[in-house]
Amino acid sequence: MASASAWMRSVTPPQGRSVATTESAAVRWLLVAVAVGFLLLFLLAPLVAVFAEAFSAGLGAFLAALVDPDALSAVCLTLLVAGIAVPLNTIFGIAAAWAIAKFNFFGKNLLVTLIDLPLAVSPVISGLIYVLLFGRSGYLGPWLAAHDIKILFAAPGIVLATMFITFPFVARELIPLMQAQGTDDEEAARGLGATGWQTFLRVTLPNIKWGVLYGIVLCNARAMGEFGAVSVVSGHIRGETNTMPLHVEILYNEYNTAAAFAVASLLAVLALVTLVLKTVLEWKSARAHARPDIATAEEVRV
Amino acid sequence: MGGNGVRILAAGLVVGMALATGCSRNDEAAGGAAARADVTLLNVSYDPTREFYKEFNEAFIAGWKAKNGQAVRVRQSHGGSGKQARSVIDGLEADVVTLALAYDIDELADKGGLLPKDWQSRLPERSAPYTSTIVFLVRKGNPRGVKDWDDLARPGISVITPNPKTSGGARWNYLAAWGYALKKELGDFSRLNDPAAAGPVAAAQAKARAFVAAIYKNVPVMDSGARGATSTFVQRGMGDVLVAWENEALLAMRELGPDKLELVAPSISILAEPPVAVIDKVVDKRGTRAVAQAYLEYLYTPEGQRLAAQHGYRPRRAAGVPEELMKQFPNLELFTIDDGFGGWAKAQAAHFADGASFDAISRP
Amino acid sequence: MKSRLQRRSVLPGFGLTMGFTLMYLSLIVLIPLSGLVLKSATMTWPAFWSTITEDRVLASLRLSFGGALIAATVNAVFGFVVAWVLVRYRFPGRRLVDALIDLPFALPTAVSGIALTAVYAPTGWLGRPLAALGIQAAYTPLGVVIAMTFVGLPFVVRTLQPALEDLDVEIEEAAASLGAGRFQAFVRVLLPALLPSLLTGFALAFSRAVGEYGSVIFIAGTTKTEIAPLVIVTKLEQYDYAGATAVALVMLVASFGLLFGINLLQRWSRRQHA
Repeated sequence: MASASAWMRSVTPPQGRSVATTESAAVRWLLVAVAVGFLLLFLLAPLVAVFAEAFSAGLGAFLAALVDPDALSAVCLTLLVAGIAVPLNTIFGIAAAWAIAKFNFFGKNLLVTLIDLPLAVSPVISGLIYVLLFGRSGYLGPWLAAHDIKILFAAPGIVLATMFITFPFVARELIPLMQAQGTDDEEAARGLGATGWQTFLRVTLPNIKWGVLYGIVLCNARAMGEFGAVSVVSGHIRGETNTMPLHVEILYNEYNTAAAFAVASLLAVLALVTLVLKTVLEWKSARAHARPDIATAEEVRV
Repeated sequence: MGGNGVRILAAGLVVGMALATGCSRNDEAAGGAAARADVTLLNVSYDPTREFYKEFNEAFIAGWKAKNGQAVRVRQSHGGSGKQARSVIDGLEADVVTLALAYDIDELADKGGLLPKDWQSRLPERSAPYTSTIVFLVRKGNPRGVKDWDDLARPGISVITPNPKTSGGARWNYLAAWGYALKKELGDFSRLNDPAAAGPVAAAQAKARAFVAAIYKNVPVMDSGARGATSTFVQRGMGDVLVAWENEALLAMRELGPDKLELVAPSISILAEPPVAVIDKVVDKRGTRAVAQAYLEYLYTPEGQRLAAQHGYRPRRAAGVPEELMKQFPNLELFTIDDGFGGWAKAQAAHFADGASFDAISRP
Repeated sequence: MKSRLQRRSVLPGFGLTMGFTLMYLSLIVLIPLSGLVLKSATMTWPAFWSTITEDRVLASLRLSFGGALIAATVNAVFGFVVAWVLVRYRFPGRRLVDALIDLPFALPTAVSGIALTAVYAPTGWLGRPLAALGIQAAYTPLGVVIAMTFVGLPFVVRTLQPALEDLDVEIEEAAASLGAGRFQAFVRVLLPALLPSLLTGFALAFSRAVGEYGSVIFIAGTTKTEIAPLVIVTKLEQYDYAGATAVALVMLVASFGLLFGINLLQRWSRRQHA
């Protein structure tokens, strides 16, 4: 697609389309107006509202809400949780994609469905299953209590719930990508004497790196923003087991609307950064795919 | 190209991990007091007590330090009373609980075995160092002319109250309305226990049920907690009247401007006794019994009582509390849950258990 | 074992990656989920049945599934228009709009929840004009549908976009040369070709909306607008673990069924494109 045409003055069909396969100008305008109007109403209004409410009590109150010790500790916990959950799920995603995309085996479809399962499970249920497992009356609860290991209502429980929620993100990006790329490159590299590890690092990884990063970005956004599952396992101890979304809820419930939206605006900025990164990565991977694969096969020869 | 990809990935992972670990180290440094605390307590409480315990903790910590030279840190957890009790049963390590109703602490004893069943007799005043009641909050000027419970059952009035299934405060609201109707029919609660009056009592209970059903027909939205209901009423502009904790109503007026809201005291209401208790199983394991016990006892001191009054809770021992603080509490007739319902266990079974009166009147 | 499962391949690492995948999947997903199934297995069948046929539970399931159905339908219609416009037309700001589509993915649900409430409450920007028209959005089933529509929007657009891009111009030209009008060509040629993707997007949006919690609870009150996940939380708060698990199991089975259906749909659409 020619990107330059995107900025033409009016609504036009993409270049190279005949008159017979596009609509009249009036219909085009109408459709664009409907689409943009719908998005403005549904997507942009809430986003703008977050920032408007965040600054409604002035810049001073906004900053005060962000440097509050409880807010800082919520930011730290959120970073810690994402810092553990995202790398682990990334390693899993790459391993799972390698096994699924490069080999044929019995039960592959079932495995793919199982990997997707956390996406379809309500976040509340994701929290509940850890309560059933680790709660005092849960299956492992008595054993954990006897050994004085705290999982529920502490950071480990929050990390586990987050890992569950963000489990499929990287794998989902990589499986179709690696399936589409096939195994020819890797088999060629092996034929040329590369070890398995070398093949992965020099052939596979460069091919999928944008996909991996894309998955990481999505995984991270969800990990930092998860509310339902974390809310069930957190215990809501101020300054200790509150993540940023939970801190937003607490402030909101304390009539501290401006502060709640101030912290929320931080998360909204995170979302916007995610969108920018995502767009850039999509563009990069589209370019990478447009290039012939020969270059990478040659590099292996070194 | 290949090396580049690896480097980008590796850098990403390292940055993530570094942020995470660096942050946790930073956390300890930042929370200097936390790191130096000799002993920590976790107080698991219900929603509206946030502001009160924030201030009370500071007073207690200073007093304990002066007396024993020990630095205490009190951690707070707030939420709906039932939800908080559930967390404690599931393993949230609360040294003390300060909840909205005795029923929730009974559950800790029954279901969790975390403290003895006679916990309520271990502290003065049935373990309730402060009390509260249920009042109405209306918009300035009382445009709908709400005076008493009868007005809430009027058609066309919109009433905001949280869901009794999840909110302790909402159960007090519900029972206060029910008790008002009972008292009006019977004239005196003592007749409830009079075997000779069984007929009139049954009739009165039926009337009370119809009365409460009429009120709940006027409820357009039920939040899951008292806090949520207050912000629905105050900040989102829903409803004509909010049925709320007295302390919550006083706080809302203070925080959000007396020029917008007005407090209306009904002729009669319920005496709410939010109880406190030490969780034996936790304090024995953590070795915090002495300080946990002292923490709760401090609630009964003149300083503790004054702070409670300042945050809109009625002090049990008003002797040392300044007169101007006492003036904020309207005078009204109060009945206890034992008077009208024979205690929490009975009230819970008759009204809030699955299939009980609340389910019956609120059938969707 | 390995050789029977796996077709011979020169590539290494099957055992390692497969082993790690299965172990990690079991630890994080399967074992915790089986705990849920085990827990509900301790209930007798009549107890399970009476729990999930309680009035409140049924009402909440009706709202969750019904609301999700409406939200997914709205998304299918408007999502189609948005995807169409983004793929077929060039207009100023197209890239920005394209990037914005994923906002509901990226925005934490709690933030979406308070933001939607602020916008649609009777005092909010859109709530006030709606209230003037006599429509109350926040704290009603309508509010629930709005939040569900918000979280489900990207699914329809993102599954339709590639399908629209891959669509062969020639079949449209053929239709036009055979004398079909634009509308006829759309209904007879384009829509059937896009149907698998549209259904996939619809099903994805539906399944997300059914389970949604964070953004809905702020805009929904309880009781009259109680969604199924909220019933689970409520039951938990009443120490009714068995009841919570029973409702959770119903939702789990429904989402697994949906997921399986989605995977079948996707295979169907892949076959159509091949």
